[in-house]
Amino acid sequence: MSQPAISFSGVSKRYPGGYQALADINFTIDPGEFVFITGHSGAGKSTLLKLIAAIERASSGTVLVNGQNVSTLKAPGIPYLRRNLGLVFQDQKLLYDRSVFDNVMLPLLATGQPHRDAMRRARAALDKVGLLERERALPVALSGGEQQRLCIARAVVNRPAILLADEPTASLDDEYAATIMEMFRSFNQVGVTVLIATHDRSLIEHGQPRVVTLGHGRLAT
Amino acid sequence: MSAWLRHHSQSLWQTLARLASAPFATLANVLVIAVALALPLGAYGLLVNLQGFSGSLPTEPQISLFLSSGGSAPDVATLEAQLRKAEGVRGVRFVSRDAALAGLKRAPGMAEVISSLRDNPLPDAFVVTLADGDASAAERLEKQFRALPGVAHVQVDSAWVRRIDALLRLGRTTVLLLGTLLGFALVAVTFNTIRLQVLTQREEIEVSKLIGATDAFIRRPFYYLGGLLGAGGGLAALGIVALSFSLLNRDLASFGTLYGVEVSLQFLSTADAITIVFFAGALGWMGTYLSVSRHLHHIEPR
Repeated sequence: MSQPAISFSGVSKRYPGGYQALADINFTIDPGEFVFITGHSGAGKSTLLKLIAAIERASSGTVLVNGQNVSTLKAPGIPYLRRNLGLVFQDQKLLYDRSVFDNVMLPLLATGQPHRDAMRRARAALDKVGLLERERALPVALSGGEQQRLCIARAVVNRPAILLADEPTASLDDEYAATIMEMFRSFNQVGVTVLIATHDRSLIEHGQPRVVTLGHGRLAT
Repeated sequence: MSAWLRHHSQSLWQTLARLASAPFATLANVLVIAVALALPLGAYGLLVNLQGFSGSLPTEPQISLFLSSGGSAPDVATLEAQLRKAEGVRGVRFVSRDAALAGLKRAPGMAEVISSLRDNPLPDAFVVTLADGDASAAERLEKQFRALPGVAHVQVDSAWVRRIDALLRLGRTTVLLLGTLLGFALVAVTFNTIRLQVLTQREEIEVSKLIGATDAFIRRPFYYLGGLLGAGGGLAALGIVALSFSLLNRDLASFGTLYGVEVSLQFLSTADAITIVFFAGALGWMGTYLSVSRHLHHIEPR
């Protein structure tokens, strides 16, 4: 347990065109932690998550995920990094041409799970987010909250060690948001490191979670 | 290993399902490839038939000497000796007028014609085989033989066979050029088809990359798509050629009966057909390779 789940040291990100999204970010997150990243919109929360998943690369500094240096990771290594990460997006990125069930199957097929196991695990994941009865439905037939839950089921179906969520409750009413947060907490209780980026401070009131606050691309705390 | 195999069969079924879900687009794609392939394929088929026909003919240069009628046996013997002595002659064969008639009777449709003749109109003849195919040597000998006593007519037989050979060579080169050109067309067609498919599946590719799918995993269905389109096009091209040949054969048959001969085009051999389907599949695969290598890395999650 000595190795941090995520560690940023001296990380800066400047986008082409000169926009400085992040500057000199230093922090570490231990395995099993539950961490909020907050800040006003445009503070660099999404960029920070993208650096962890190698969707964006740091301009300088080092990003370590489970001891693996993401900053120097070559393209063929990226899929294997992402298999340890569950990603939940604000714009869900679901595939609307296939059923709820097939959306959850996708990560399992991509990692070459035996078909029978994969079906079992997909059903288990759908059950966990309460969508098992909707497995034959198409994502368009789901409500906003259900779509977000589907996205979570897809993120956790491969049992990742780290769960990253970018504004997971942004478009949901409070009741739905509370259910979603409850799910994240239950994953955290079984040992998953959870990192949630949100501008909604009301989510944080519950319990005493660790909060990393960003302001204009810099750490505020 | 078994996961790898499993994904291959998954990709194959997924691709087949995708093709079946858009039958008209699939048909159009396959037809474009089929038409492009049918052209050189049909030409090749005709060439093979023509080659089979010319292969049954003697290709070594020959000169036929027809003797004036009324020559006696000693004349024939001296003439034969003279022919054998001539420079550049490999063999001399005497064909008596009776033997020639008997031979002609065996030819299809000729028996009736010949039996209606009262006497044998054919002359005695020598068939002289030359040592080499040099046209100037044949010409020199032709002149020399014409001057011999008792020789009524001299004919260089091999000339038209060699002409056919030259034509066949021309045909082969044409088919090769045509095939190469339209092979490139096939690669270009699959390149574009796959490019469109990549753009259509943009979201799926993006999501697949986000959930940790490897490049090979994402590419595999496209390879199947391109390979299947190519092979399907090859099969359809074979169908087009088979249909054309059977139509041509009907006309050829009625044409042949007028001359009392049987002519028909043989379809390509099974080995040729299999090779063509594989080859077309390989070209489709190649077009896909070029296309995904070029277009897939542009699609990155943001």
